[in-house]
Amino acid sequence: MASVGFIGAVAVAPTALPSSRSAFVSATRPVVGVAAPPAVGAARATMMTPPPPGGAAASPASLKTDTVEGVALTASEPQNIADTVYDATVPDARGRYGRFGGQYVPETLMFALEELEAGYAAAIADPAFHEEVNGLLKDFVGRPTPLYFAERLTQHYARADGSGPRIWFKREDLNHTGAHKINNSVMQAVLAKRLGKTRIIAETGAGQHGVATATVCARFGMECEVYMGAQDMERQALNVFRMRLLGARVIPVTAGAGTLSNALSEAIRDWVTRPVETHYIVGSVAGPHPYPYIVRQAHAVIGAETRGQAVAKFGGAPDILIACVGGGSNAIGLFHEFKGDADVRLIGVEAAGKGLDSGEHAATMSRGSLGVLHGSMSYQLQDEWGQLQETHSVSAGLDYPSVGPEHSFMKDTGRCEYVSVTDDEALDAFKLCSRLEGIIPALETAHALAHLDKLCPEVEGNPNIVINLSGRGDKDVNTVVKLFHERGDTDVMG
Amino acid sequence: MIINIYINFFMTTISSVFKKLDKQCALIPFITAGDPNLVSTSKALEILDQHGADIIELGLPYSDPLADGPVIQAASSRALKQGINLNNILDMIKMTSSNIVAPIVLFTYYNPVLNLGINNFISAISNAGVKGLLIPDLPIEESDYIISVCKLFNIELILLLAPTSSHERIIKIVKQAPGCIYLVSTTGVTGQKSELTAQLRMLTQTIKEMTHKSIILGFGISTMEQIEEIKDWDINGIVIGSAFVKRLSCSFPDEGLSKIKDFCTAAKRIIIS
Repeated sequence: MASVGFIGAVAVAPTALPSSRSAFVSATRPVVGVAAPPAVGAARATMMTPPPPGGAAASPASLKTDTVEGVALTASEPQNIADTVYDATVPDARGRYGRFGGQYVPETLMFALEELEAGYAAAIADPAFHEEVNGLLKDFVGRPTPLYFAERLTQHYARADGSGPRIWFKREDLNHTGAHKINNSVMQAVLAKRLGKTRIIAETGAGQHGVATATVCARFGMECEVYMGAQDMERQALNVFRMRLLGARVIPVTAGAGTLSNALSEAIRDWVTRPVETHYIVGSVAGPHPYPYIVRQAHAVIGAETRGQAVAKFGGAPDILIACVGGGSNAIGLFHEFKGDADVRLIGVEAAGKGLDSGEHAATMSRGSLGVLHGSMSYQLQDEWGQLQETHSVSAGLDYPSVGPEHSFMKDTGRCEYVSVTDDEALDAFKLCSRLEGIIPALETAHALAHLDKLCPEVEGNPNIVINLSGRGDKDVNTVVKLFHERGDTDVMG
Repeated sequence: MIINIYINFFMTTISSVFKKLDKQCALIPFITAGDPNLVSTSKALEILDQHGADIIELGLPYSDPLADGPVIQAASSRALKQGINLNNILDMIKMTSSNIVAPIVLFTYYNPVLNLGINNFISAISNAGVKGLLIPDLPIEESDYIISVCKLFNIELILLLAPTSSHERIIKIVKQAPGCIYLVSTTGVTGQKSELTAQLRMLTQTIKEMTHKSIILGFGISTMEQIEEIKDWDINGIVIGSAFVKRLSCSFPDEGLSKIKDFCTAAKRIIIS
């Protein structure tokens, strides 16, 4: 995969446009004009009756003509033509991953995206940029991170005869600030400096991206403002303090549920308002193009290191890669290097919260549908009217109703499997990893670990499984104490 | 059927409004559908129509209104909390649009359109009597398909231009705009006060030299002083959003309606003075 893929002139085939209304409405109801004047009395009566609180008064089916007389109307619309063939060279010149991605932002922001795209292309063509970023990754962040053999966890999942999968951790938790997030913040801060930006903004969920960004801003002497959901500020109080200590201003976002999605919207609003002097460091492989691309490139170091380390440790490529997926940055970081290796199995783990059927989860891939959020076409958790749904996960970093567009593309084309893990399963894995490996994982990471419970009994032979240990769990201790207490985990609570 | 065609033929379109007003600036109030409730929205449309509005922009409440400031965000979320959906809103428009002269422009984010299906959405709003459509998060690059569908259903898709748009983008947008061009008057989200700069005035001149298409100006216009300043800019319309939404969304709906009546009347008086 050429790292300059998105600036290559890959033309997108123009979508066939409807040439006449009859092409898709001939078999449907009349559409133009004030067809059948409304029965005023009846309609007025309907309107005077307030809709039931919290519930939709009618289903969108009544507005849909797509199923009438068997004529497939919406199927022919450009966004509904599904991708079936995986292509490892995405995105194309327009920032598309198949039908996903793109730039769905107010016109006000288009210039800033163009500027960023051009600035990034110039930066990666300049050896001095790579030298500066790599120097910081080595001495400031502490890369490379180890590929660690999780011996006791391997024993835990071994079969009776001692055989079984061999479990390895890619130790992103050992990075400065305790998670993979800083790979991206470092790269984008250097980029912002090159673009002449004086002010950095970021959104954060669990606070890891906010801390990483506040850290690099302190290092570079840049003004830093971090948008964070009010609910997340409460459950990640330690990270809020860390950001403030590092000199950042943390701005609480009270809109909606007060979580990551709301923080992201608010950060975009800030950027729309002050685009000239501000660089927005998006923390995941989400948002409008080129963000999903440049954030992926920043984290690709995770997989690239793993490739070499795997050869050194077990003489080949891993068989299975597992990572948790909220927006999906740590997963893409690990997977990118291997996505062209057809024999490497990729598994993304989402948050099933209180269960997929509870209505309180963040499992976008399992329960989402196509839509546009935060500038990008991808899968979204939305209601029947296209309103984004509030999500729930015990882990603030996975509490997001959307997912990066490249993940949606990998799902559609079958390149990556997406599974989900509940709050409870994640908490069990949190405890297990702490006890067996002496590593307290982030709650996000605990979701990836929890999937071992389902995966290990199913696999044959002795495959090498690499889990992206994306972050450490110190930040989650307050949350976990409360939850263990509620669950009655007496072994921990004493 | 004949009656329908007859009604349709004489319905006011967006372009016909600008044509009729000639050099005079159109007054375009924006309100959020369903805030404080749909009955009020219906009454508000009639009141605005009777007190000086030439076109009315109606916002579809959305869970994630990226381009809106706090006032319209709050109005959106209040409307959604009542369980109001597109179906209710279109029923209301269907009933009200035949009682008013001012054509309705629907303002919606792209996701609800995608969710229903582009064809379904455009056909449904056209059926309800909507005349124009504005999708703030749909850039020109992604608009080809929807422009073609809108044309088939006699909906004018209004494209946005920003002070930050590059010259290449300005040329592209001006050329491809099927209807009027909505010039964003600040770099901010709606509802934020900002100086209306000389740069903006120059930009309107630049666009005027490129095209005969109508230009409307909006985002951040909230005071009579601002209206006074820009009404002589040789533009075709002024959109006023948050100022109306704020007045309408007070705890007593009738009080809100009376407030927007006064505000609309006053704004119109300034424009025609």
